[in-house]
This record gives sequence, C-alpha cells and structure tokens, in this order.
Amino acid sequence: MAWSDNDGRNRDPWGNRGGEQGPPDLDDAFRKLHGQLRGMFGGGGGSGSGSGSSGKKGFRISPKLILIVVLILGVIWFALGWYQVDAQERGVVLRFGKVQENFTEPGLRWNPKFIDEVIKVNTTRINSSEHSQQMLTEDDNIVKVDLVVQYRIDGVIQYVVDIREPEESLKHATESAIRHVVGSSTMAAVITTGREVLGDDVMARLQTYLDRYETGIVVVGVNIEAVEPPQEVQAAFDDVQKAKEDQVKFINEASADAEQLVPEARGEASRIIEAANAYRDQVIALAQGEADRFTKLLTEYQAAKEVTRDRLYITAIETVLQSTSIVMVDVSGGNNLLLLPLDQLLRGGSASSSATASNYPITSLPGSTRSGQ
Amino acid sequence: MSVKNIVIVVVVLLVGALLLDAFYIVDERQRAILLRFGDVMSPDEGELPGLHLKFPIADQVKYFDGRVLTRDATPERYLTIEQKPLIVDWFAKWRIDNPRDYYTATSGIEESANARLQARVSQGLRDQIGKRDMHEVISGERDQLMQELTNEMNITMMDEFGIRVIDVRVKRIDLPDEVSSAVFERMNSEREVEARQYRATGRERAIEIEADAQRQVTVIGAEAQRDAERIRGDGDAQATKIYADAYGQDKEFYEFYRSINAYVNVFEDGRSLLVLDPSSEFFKYLKRDIAE
Repeated sequence: MAWSDNDGRNRDPWGNRGGEQGPPDLDDAFRKLHGQLRGMFGGGGGSGSGSGSSGKKGFRISPKLILIVVLILGVIWFALGWYQVDAQERGVVLRFGKVQENFTEPGLRWNPKFIDEVIKVNTTRINSSEHSQQMLTEDDNIVKVDLVVQYRIDGVIQYVVDIREPEESLKHATESAIRHVVGSSTMAAVITTGREVLGDDVMARLQTYLDRYETGIVVVGVNIEAVEPPQEVQAAFDDVQKAKEDQVKFINEASADAEQLVPEARGEASRIIEAANAYRDQVIALAQGEADRFTKLLTEYQAAKEVTRDRLYITAIETVLQSTSIVMVDVSGGNNLLLLPLDQLLRGGSASSSATASNYPITSLPGSTRSGQ
Repeated sequence: MSVKNIVIVVVVLLVGALLLDAFYIVDERQRAILLRFGDVMSPDEGELPGLHLKFPIADQVKYFDGRVLTRDATPERYLTIEQKPLIVDWFAKWRIDNPRDYYTATSGIEESANARLQARVSQGLRDQIGKRDMHEVISGERDQLMQELTNEMNITMMDEFGIRVIDVRVKRIDLPDEVSSAVFERMNSEREVEARQYRATGRERAIEIEADAQRQVTVIGAEAQRDAERIRGDGDAQATKIYADAYGQDKEFYEFYRSINAYVNVFEDGRSLLVLDPSSEFFKYLKRDIAE
C-alpha cells in the first residue's frame, strides 16, 4: 500500500486518526446510530430496552388517532379511485378480478381503488401493422409481398381478458393468412390481377383466425402495398416488361413502314397509269394528225397525181441530199477502177465539211432504184 | 405492561394475516386451483374469477395464465413425400382448459407445457407433411392439414395436459437457401422464355406486316403495269385503226408517201455519206447538161 510506506496510517484516505483501529470505530458508530434512532421515535420505539419514561406515554393508542388515520387513508383511497376515460377509450372493470359486464364510457369515472382494476383500451384508433415477406406461390415461385393490416380493437373485454399477446397474435395470423392465400394462387395471378382480391381474401381469413383466438380485434382493411418478384429475379421480370414494349415497338415500326410503302406504291401506280394514258392519247393524237395530214394530201394528190408525186419525190430527195455528204461517181461509162479515200473523207475532213465526221454509216442510195419505177 | 402490549400486537398481526389468508382473488385472466394440503380440491374447470374464501394455511392456491397463449415455434426442416426439404415455421394457440390436469401434468410451469406441445406438434407436422407432396403442403390442402393436426393435438393435449389446442398454423413455408437459388434460376429462365416469346412474336408480326405491305406494293405496281399496258394497247389499237383507215384510202400513194418521208427521216441527221451514180433519176437533168 502506497500510503503506509513512510508515515504508517497517518495518511489513511478514510481520515482515521493514527493509532485507532477500524473495528472499535465501527462499533462506536453503531452505538451512536442506535441512540439517534431511539431519539427520533420519541422513545416510543423502544420496546426491547424500554428505559425512558417518555416511551410509555407515546405508545398509548387513542381511538381519536386511529379514526384520524383511517379517515385520512379513506380520503386518499377515495381520491385514488377517480380516473378519466378518453372519448376514444373504454375501460374494462375487473372487480376482485372478475370482469364486470358494463365497461366504462368516456368521462370522469370513479371505481373503488384496490377492489376494482380498470384497464383502458383505445377502441377507435385504427392501428396498422406492416409485413414484408417472401413466400411461395402455388406454382412454386417466390414472391415478395408488402402488406399493411389496419385494425381496431372492438371486443374490449376479449382483448383484455382472453388473449395474452393480441398484437403478436395478429402478426402471426397475418403471416399465416397471407401465405395461405398466396400459396393458393399462381404467381401470375398474384402479381398482375389479384392484388385487390388478395387483400380481400387475406382480410376474411385473418378475421376468422382472430375471432378464433378471441383477440377482440377487428380487421378494418388489408392493403397489399406491393407484390413483386424477389430481388434475385427482378431483372428478369423487368426484362419481360421491356420485351412486351419491344413487341409493340416492332409491330409499330413495321406498321409505320407499311403505312408509308403502300400509299407510295399507290402513288407510283397512278403515275404509271397516267403515263399510259398519256401515251394512249399521244399515240391517238399523233395518228389522227398524221392520218388527217395524209388524207388531206391524198385529196390533193388525187386531183393532180403525176405532178404531186414528182414534186414530193424531188422535194424529199432534195432534203436528203442537203443534209448529206455526196460523192458522185459515174461508173457506167467505163470499166475503170475508182479509188475513194473514204476513210479520209470520213475522218480527216475539215470541221466545216458536214460529210466527214468519222464513224458514221455510209448509206448507199442508188438513184436508179428509185428512178426505175 | 410492555409484554402485554407485545402480545397484543403479535396476536393482532397473526389474526390479521390469517384473515387475509382466508381470502383469495382469481383474476379473469387467470385460471386457479385450490390445493388442500397438496390435494386438488377444485373442480376440473378450476375456481371462478372473483373473491373467494379458503382455509388459511391449509389451503393453497395455484394460478395459471388463463388466456389464449401462443407457442411460436422455431423454424424446422421437414421433408415432403418426395423428400423435398421445406423450412416450416408454425405457431400454436392454446389455452388451459382443465387446470387440474394441467397442474398435475406440468406442475403449472408454462414452459414445460410449451415444450411438450412443441414436440407433439412438430412430430404431428412431420407426419402430415411426410404424407403429402410439396404442392399440397404449400397450397390447397393446407387448411385440411392444419385442421387434422389441430384436432389430433387437441385430443392428446387435452387428455394429457388439460390443454385445449385452439389452432395450429403454419406461418412460413420456405425452401431452404440452396433450393431457393435453384427456384430463382428457374424463375429467371421462365421469364427469359417469356421475354423472348414477346420479342419473337413482335418480330413475327412486324415481318408479317412488312411482307403484307411488300405484297401490296408489288400487286399495286403490277396491276398498274397491267392497266397501263392495256391503256397503251388501246391507244395503239385506236391509232392503228386511224392509220389503217386513212392509209387504206390509197395504198400505193401511202407507200410512196411513207417511203419518201422515211428517206428524209433517215438522212436527217446529216452524218451519212452518199455515193451516187449520176445516172440516177434525180440527176437526169444534171447528166444531160454534162453530156452536151
């Protein structure tokens, strides 16, 4: 011990004077306390030792004193019996543990304390209890269901007396009911159509359970907040939704193409028809024109056949020769060989010469054929 | 004097204690039985709620919870008839019906009653699930299964423990983790099939629509061509008739007229070279002059 190294017990942390021992000191203190206690109770408490004369006087029990004490206790007891029942609440009264038929209505009430026990229950508040769980469906799939059960306490006495853990029971019953209903439906039904139906089924089933367990709880509503595939397969389910959109998209795109192609084709068809119509009209008109021209000419021709014929012939030949390069060769006279530089005539001729362009066919028109007739 | 007082006080206290011990209260929420020197004096249904008298010291009262109680089991693994494992979590609702039997069988210790119930239900459930396949357990027959089990439990527990089993219910039926992941894989593959179906039918429709459009385009085009050819033919026919009518008036003159027109047309472009014999009809006057 650090403090006993040099000066012995002088530096005792408990403030004991050096030299005195601990145990005698304790005895002394006890004795002092005893005396003090005796003093406090005016010597009345001293039943064992009974030394002072004053003790005898204080111990006398006067009827007045008892009456006063009883009265005071009675007033306190009476005061304690008052309690308030809120508008939302009902109070169940247990008299010596036995439930009284009439529970207390809202207001300021009085029941004898210690004889009656009053348990107040809120009967109008809608409580809700939330559940979120994964469960199996009928077709062995797993879904996650979030639901909220809304309930109210209706059977106050039942709620208080008949069941130990009403809320816990509600929780259990809800779990069982939702799993039963989901377990009896296919996943597709649960996810798509059945949310409302699911809620109603769960509600009906849940209420049956709660009644059987005598909970006094009335289910006001069961809201299926969400029914969704579990995280592990969420992506696949999302992809199905996307696929549905894609399906529509593909069809729409194709329809758009079709809507464009067909009218365009109809337009093109009209164009073709119109072109044909144009051709027909053109051909007919040309034919009519030529025919009329011919007919008119013929009329004149018949009036002066020889002259007209010569005139027409000469005019035509003239027109032909005007626009054609001509090489005139008289071969009928002798047997001499004639060399014509045809390639030069056609290729090398000056630009001004209309007869010398290359690569053009050389047409031979022996005048004798025509003249022979 | 003082000794007398002491005696009085002690006596008063003793009498008071004895008097107090002559009363007992049974709460509505409790079931109670009265034991006289350890022997059960109460009827089967126990003492009624309220304030009662009893012999002090000799009579002892045992209280039990009389409300509906819950046994929330720990999830356990069960095997179905096809040996598939299921994790089943159940709860049972029970209530003391015969406090005498209950006290004799369990000494009034709730935990021991619960433990027995747990063992019994667990065994019963194991038997029931073992008789059914997974599908039946999960869905349709659950009600029937639970009803059978409840009845069975009710009879045995009532006989042995004075307990009425109100309900035995399955809270959760889940697949073990390793099976769950297999299920997820299957679900994923099913969804993939579905997604592909949607896309494929979409493309199918798209191709159909496009093909139909193409068909319409082709048919419209062809019909237009057909009609156009007819119209052209009509035009040609009419023109031919007009020509025939006109030219038929003088066949010989038509030939002449058409021929000379053709000559003009053929040489019109001026790119031809004519090699002529001056002895031709056209040059007969030209030739004459040269000769002279």
